Amino acid sequence: MKRRKIKPSSIIKQIVCILLTLIVLVPCYMVVINSFKTRSESARMNLRFPDVWQFSNYLDVIQKANLLKGLLNSLLYAGVATFLGVMLCAMASFVLSRNRTKINNFIYYFIICGLFFPVNYVTLVRVFQWFHLTNTRLGIIVVYTAMMIPFCVFTIYSFVETVPKSMDEAAILDGASPMQMFFMVAAPMMKPTLVTCFILEFMGVWNDFMTPLYLSTKSNLFPVTMSVYQFFGRNTSYWNMIFADIVMTVIPVLIIYAVGQKYLVSGTNAGAVKG
Amino acid sequence: MNKKKVYPWWFVAIPLILYILFFLLPSVLGVFYSFTDWSRMTPKNGLHFVGLKNYSEIFSGKSQYANGILNTLKFTIISNIVKIIPALFLAILLQESVRGKNFYRTVFYLPSILPFVVIGLIFTSVFNYSNGLLNNTLDFLHMGFAKQKWLSDLHVVWKSVYMVDAWRGIGYVMTIFIAGLNAIPKEYYEAARIDGANFWQRLRYVTLPMMRGAIMINVVFGVTYGLKVFDIIYVLTNGGPGHATEVITTYVYELYGSGKYGVSTALSSLLLAVSAVVGFLIVKQMRTKEEDAA
Repeated sequence: MKRRKIKPSSIIKQIVCILLTLIVLVPCYMVVINSFKTRSESARMNLRFPDVWQFSNYLDVIQKANLLKGLLNSLLYAGVATFLGVMLCAMASFVLSRNRTKINNFIYYFIICGLFFPVNYVTLVRVFQWFHLTNTRLGIIVVYTAMMIPFCVFTIYSFVETVPKSMDEAAILDGASPMQMFFMVAAPMMKPTLVTCFILEFMGVWNDFMTPLYLSTKSNLFPVTMSVYQFFGRNTSYWNMIFADIVMTVIPVLIIYAVGQKYLVSGTNAGAVKG
Repeated sequence: MNKKKVYPWWFVAIPLILYILFFLLPSVLGVFYSFTDWSRMTPKNGLHFVGLKNYSEIFSGKSQYANGILNTLKFTIISNIVKIIPALFLAILLQESVRGKNFYRTVFYLPSILPFVVIGLIFTSVFNYSNGLLNNTLDFLHMGFAKQKWLSDLHVVWKSVYMVDAWRGIGYVMTIFIAGLNAIPKEYYEAARIDGANFWQRLRYVTLPMMRGAIMINVVFGVTYGLKVFDIIYVLTNGGPGHATEVITTYVYELYGSGKYGVSTALSSLLLAVSAVVGFLIVKQMRTKEEDAA
């Protein structure tokens, strides 16, 4: 039997890839393995298996770090804000893309400008006082929704061009209201881009740290990123606990990533090809 | 049929209002407040116009803030170079027939979905001088001479920040490049090969010109990210050692914390101005492109 010839260049490529994989995965492995150690073992931060697996670390963290509260807050913020944001932006982008009047074109570019602008949190705190939104969950949700508008409109707008127009008018002629037409006819055809936006923005909100840093002074409003950081601040040398906290924080994002990977990659693709 | 009936204006209204009230209004207000002595004391003393005082405080020789602006620009340029160039080669590598390339793509993308806070905390541990993973690994490889105080040595700390940022971001940039590469027709490479072009010539005359869209996207995302960078620096170094790694946003937060809202908003407004110029150039580019296409 003849062995397949292996080119030296492909060996080098494999070595590069394996090295990079290690660089990515070893820190992650370190976090997971050390989250099962005792405090003194984890202080050495090595990659060995724990002498005794300390599963109780996770229970401790859940109790001490206010983790469940944080997870629920994050879920609420990311879930509600992203759902609202994507839906509202889908409706807006649909109309902006289909009915390109002068004013609509202006509105489109006006909104797109937000892709580049930083949020001024200091004055946002002031605006919050005017609207009596200070330290409320509603306020945080509204801000997240507002912040995702430029990106969602940008992404959905370009997708709407690929959705056939012919059905729109037909539905209206059949007596549907614009609302019904949008949700029954147009939105289902926009599903790929809506899912992509939802995943990206959900992860964006979940990972966000700056908004709660400025806008919530009450710890019961903290999302999980804030509670992890606070926990680290109070227990700087308890790496086993910190790592357990980190693992729990990341699991939901990993699940979303695993479920939505297909949409995520096709979403980035669409942007790149269009340029 | 009347377009207004099929595509009603009020579909646009709610997002537009939210965007204006909670995104644009704070920025515009920030410019207004940057000319006042707005501070924690304002409720007692009242608000006064002070002209350019806040700005002159930023640029006066005594303050560190100007340095924060320079650091932001430096970070924006360097962090993008160290991500975009390796990501391009990685994308080319993973576009060719490498065994397990789908696995590698998934793994390399993974860090970019993790929260910055978590990445910051992980690398606080990895960079620990006496027990951290990085120095331990160097010891293990008998490369003790390369050990560093990664986060407390003035001359090393920026390199550590760039390393972490690259660790997080290269996979994302790479994914966009791979999409760009997939869109290049194979015949171009075949033609180049028949003409006897080597790897670098193919890169220079086929890949790069055809990838203009993907490169553009990466530069746009990268620049806007770089100008706004906050989380990773706040968690990793908190601007330290000393003020070595302060950027605009970390100063904005510090000034907010110490109640000097006027100077804080002045710094934000400078950031807004830079971002607006960059954004304007990009949107202009997009519009001309659209008109060309039409």
